[in-house]
Amino acid sequence: MTERNALELKDLSVAYRVAGRNRAVLRNVNLTIKTGEAYGLVGESGCGKSTVALSVVRYLPRNGSITGGSIALDGKDVMKLDSEALRRARADSVSMVYQDPGKALNPSLRIDRQLTEIFELAGITGQAASDKAIAMLNRVRISDPASVMQRYPHQLSGGMQQRVAIAMALANDPSMLILDEPTTGLDATVEAEVLDLIEQLRRELSASILFISHNLAVVSNMCDRVGVLYAGMLVEEGSTKDVFNDPRHPYTVALLRCLPRGGQRKDQGRLDTIPGFLPGIGVAIKGCAFADRCALADDRCRTELPPLYDLGGRLSRCFHHHKAQALPRATPSDVAPAPKPAGAPVLRVAGLNKTYGNPGHPLRAVKDVSLDLRPGETLGLVGESGSGKTTFARLLLGLVPPDDGGTIELEGRALAPRLENRSDDQIKAMQIVFQNPDSALNRSHSIRHLIGRALKRLAGLSGKALEARLNDLVRSVRLTERHLAVKPRQLSGGLKQRVAIARAFAGDPRIVVCDEPTSALDVSVQAAILNLLADLQSKEDVSYIFISHDLGVVRYLSDKIAVLYLGRIMEFGPSEPVFSGPHHPYTEALLSAVPELDRSKSSRIRLDGETPSAANPPTGCVFHTRCPRKIGAICETLEPELSESEPGHTIRCHIPYIELMELQSLKSEARESSLQRRRVERSTA
Amino acid sequence: MVFLGGQVLPGNVGRAILGPFADQRAVDALNHSLGVDRPLLVQYGSWIWNFLHGDMGTSYVFRAPVAPFVVDALGNSMKLALIAFVLVVPIGILGGVVAALNLNRPLDRIISLGGLSVTVLPEFVTGIILILIFGVWLRWLPIAAAWPKGAGFLTQIYYLILPSLPLFLVLFGYIARMARSGMIEALDSDYTRTAVLKGLTWRTVIWRHVLRNALLPTITVIATQTGYLIGGLVVIETLFRYQGIGSLIFTAARGKDFPMLEAGILTIGIVYAVATLAADFLYSVLNPRIRLGAEQ
Amino acid sequence: MSAVQTTSPAQDDMRRRSPLADVFYSLLRSRTFLVGLAIVLFWVACALFGERFVPYDPLADDIIDALAPPSREHWFGTDQIGRDVFSRVIVGSRDILTVAPLATLFATVAGTALGLLTGYFRGIVDDVVSRILEAFMAIPGVIVALLAIVALGTSKTTVIVVIGLSFAPIIARTVRSAVLTERELDYVAAAELRHERALYTMFVEILPNVIPPILVETTVRLGYAIFAVATLSFLGFGIQPPSPDWGLSISSNYGMISGGFWWTVLFDALAIASLVIGVNLVTDGVQGAFND
Repeated sequence: MTERNALELKDLSVAYRVAGRNRAVLRNVNLTIKTGEAYGLVGESGCGKSTVALSVVRYLPRNGSITGGSIALDGKDVMKLDSEALRRARADSVSMVYQDPGKALNPSLRIDRQLTEIFELAGITGQAASDKAIAMLNRVRISDPASVMQRYPHQLSGGMQQRVAIAMALANDPSMLILDEPTTGLDATVEAEVLDLIEQLRRELSASILFISHNLAVVSNMCDRVGVLYAGMLVEEGSTKDVFNDPRHPYTVALLRCLPRGGQRKDQGRLDTIPGFLPGIGVAIKGCAFADRCALADDRCRTELPPLYDLGGRLSRCFHHHKAQALPRATPSDVAPAPKPAGAPVLRVAGLNKTYGNPGHPLRAVKDVSLDLRPGETLGLVGESGSGKTTFARLLLGLVPPDDGGTIELEGRALAPRLENRSDDQIKAMQIVFQNPDSALNRSHSIRHLIGRALKRLAGLSGKALEARLNDLVRSVRLTERHLAVKPRQLSGGLKQRVAIARAFAGDPRIVVCDEPTSALDVSVQAAILNLLADLQSKEDVSYIFISHDLGVVRYLSDKIAVLYLGRIMEFGPSEPVFSGPHHPYTEALLSAVPELDRSKSSRIRLDGETPSAANPPTGCVFHTRCPRKIGAICETLEPELSESEPGHTIRCHIPYIELMELQSLKSEARESSLQRRRVERSTA
Repeated sequence: MVFLGGQVLPGNVGRAILGPFADQRAVDALNHSLGVDRPLLVQYGSWIWNFLHGDMGTSYVFRAPVAPFVVDALGNSMKLALIAFVLVVPIGILGGVVAALNLNRPLDRIISLGGLSVTVLPEFVTGIILILIFGVWLRWLPIAAAWPKGAGFLTQIYYLILPSLPLFLVLFGYIARMARSGMIEALDSDYTRTAVLKGLTWRTVIWRHVLRNALLPTITVIATQTGYLIGGLVVIETLFRYQGIGSLIFTAARGKDFPMLEAGILTIGIVYAVATLAADFLYSVLNPRIRLGAEQ
Repeated sequence: MSAVQTTSPAQDDMRRRSPLADVFYSLLRSRTFLVGLAIVLFWVACALFGERFVPYDPLADDIIDALAPPSREHWFGTDQIGRDVFSRVIVGSRDILTVAPLATLFATVAGTALGLLTGYFRGIVDDVVSRILEAFMAIPGVIVALLAIVALGTSKTTVIVVIGLSFAPIIARTVRSAVLTERELDYVAAAELRHERALYTMFVEILPNVIPPILVETTVRLGYAIFAVATLSFLGFGIQPPSPDWGLSISSNYGMISGGFWWTVLFDALAIASLVIGVNLVTDGVQGAFND
């Protein structure tokens, strides 16, 4: 153990000064990253992950200060460095990449300038610096680096910008690389590419990595060891495999149970949730920070801070670490048997189109979409940004008028294209839960007014009847009376989303569109919202159109899936066949891009290039420019029809279904067997 | 629009000039000789046509062509405005930058609150106070902006210092405030963090990464201040008895000398339009996102 | 290096204080706001009750005692026809504190209505109205005021209308841009999905959310209204004699400045300065409170 550690935090405590008081965000964090190691730091929002990163590079917000402990980078105490030495350390040994590369690059300087200035610090100037910069761009797999050098950041796509940011971070060959949510906000396929790149670079370079993410699966795929932060404290640490497969802290256990995993579906049981809330920043914590939310907690947990128990190469800050996995569920798994979707379709869409832009330069946001949905069913809409998911939802709701020609039928009756021409009955039958409750709930109105108004307008209630229904509705989304008087800003994200759900259900809707309803929420809150949606569905027999970029979540809730690409349906069918395959090559790529907790590092299907613009879609099959299974000229010239492969399952591809089956079965067999192996390993461990 | 304002509102031009007791025939005759009895549109067309050819009409009051008055006045005002601008732009920006770099420290509070306070003072108020201090009590500077005939460049500047100071003060707070908020935003940005974490020196970070992005909005705002400046000139030129475009308009408005008023205002409109265009141009040159927007 | 907000989403199930209370408390903590408020309230008190307390009738002339320098009898001296400057300064706050707030109120109401309409309906309504407002704003305010006052004659009402009209487009622009942002938020779509009337959406859904920028803009405009009223009075287009108005007094006395009769203008100038600065300290405080 004489080797020097790349990073060593000892009893690090950080506080933010708010309203004249210091509030602790990190409490005595100890962690060590060995040379060449990739260390993952996970935890929900507000637990202090980013604060760790910013402390290491000494770039805390103005109101933040390190209140105790030490930080050693390569054996040097960062806190004792004077400003010049700190600058040198930043220039030589530590680099950082963070979320939102569009903002991380200077908008008014060319990539050229932003890269070469790093080499100039090391005394390399002129042509030599340019050559090195180009070499660096090559290294992050940017094709045509010479032209990228001449561009400004806004001329690059998000994925390219992040590659440039990574190139900048690696340009000084740092010994410590901090990645703070580097792929959050990127599309799944782009995220996969960036993660692959980081993975490869790790092997080529010597840098140790601190990888911060809210996404457990990403961390599990990228890191050797992982630490779990809760309320500014490290509660568990160990090798990635140990922590994720055999967690020893109730918080980790609960967190993992919140995720829909391994193709779990709503009819197979509810997700577990974590009751209660994260302690507020700066609250004095006596005993275990998680005790209030932990079913294993006893009096000792509430009064005495548990030490970090060393369990042989791994740590857990829990008195009951030996029985952590026996943590009782907070939400029972059993579900009422859902009524089988039956009867005539509640929604039928045929030939729906939406074109934006001027006639000479049309942008076809939605092209020729037809599908149907039965009562009590959930249709999952899947696709990357720009695929037309949200536009489609807005067309259905009438918020955006479609092009002439298509039809939307609700319970057998045609819907007017424009909202104002629809009847009140039709309006209340189709409602929406938006992604961002801060935007969807009027911040000036009380919760009572928000829900009450919906009941008045949609259900036509008033007086006593309204009051009674209001109370019912509030209870059914598991809010309480005392929430009614407050404004949305006074509620947490999960509670706000419950209000939005209550509002959507005010008029007993037949269909509720859920547009990424959980993507702004932490996993524990997400699980509760998904459960709520599933419960409401089995009780009210309502249909959902569920839009999400998270395929695990979509799979959990959906009975049918439509995969969209550039406004077209590429694949449509019952959830299970679409997910298990054989599927459209695009679906295949999307699925393989998803980082999964339970998957060993199998080879991903990588998509080349960028998503083309909908204003200028490729000829033939719109996916041919990126398709890994392209068969030839026909893909470039002829757009394939949606053809039925099995009853109810249609795929838009020139490759016959049988061939897709053969092409994809090989791989899934390999996957199956590797999974098998791991299960054996785990049970023997 | 200005033309309409000048034509429709006063009613009868001849009556306005000759007064209520004049003989109606005299009024008609005057109206005819001034051309104001023709249909409005015809008057407007010929007025614009003539204006573009350098003929701005004839003053009702001086009974002489307007053009020389306007040209002289414009030149004088430009001198005054330029002195104020040349002083205020660099000093204002510097003030804002210094304030932002010392955010929430005493220096910042002094610049911010001081700037805020002087910005909102009417020019004649600061003018009076400055005249009292520098002109009456200390006797350092002349209190009227009337230099002896044939005075040299430096003498003219000497006479214009006091009049330009109130303009300077109003603009200073404004520019410093813009520059300060632009700087704060840029300092807080992710790209500044990137630059710092690259290990660049503080100097390089500020000069290369922060300033350019921070001052972009300020530059546009400076150009739009010409509109304000004109209002300020009316007051300042009156207070200091200076023959500029502001006092020309003021005098014309009091004397109901409409051709003069119209010509003055149209001139100002043109100056204003040119300044705005120049600002847009400057902004697009400095901002690659607009300059290269079409490529995206 | 921005300050970190501590409203983490999951920090607690409910926050105790309402947002408006937050603004109120942060106003009370702001020293600039309190100082500004004290100054403004002082002048408001002078405007309301000053006449009862001043030692002399501000309009009474006394030729024998003309142009007397400050003394025990006349704290601020007397003007060229012997009126007591101190009394005039105290009472001189009245007209400006009537005209400027009324003009601001007028501008705020008109500007808010215009801004809501153009921001909400967008499209052609917005294009046409915004063009007109822009053209209007392109003409320097003083010029507009001069022209209008020349045409309509000078009276307090004219001044109120003229200043109100020239500020309304500015307020409309602020309101419009705030409404445009709100318009994109999903709660407006949610209202459409309830078939709410446009007027309901505008006034019940959107208006409460754009109150903060309107409030800030109103206080800013109040400062400029005082600026404008004082300036117009100075130019002789505003408040008319024999009012003891500050701008007017300076206008009639500054000609003698070279004679050393500084007291006839200095106190009026300082009065204007203090009022305007007071209003702007309040503005600064309000702005800060809403940005926190």
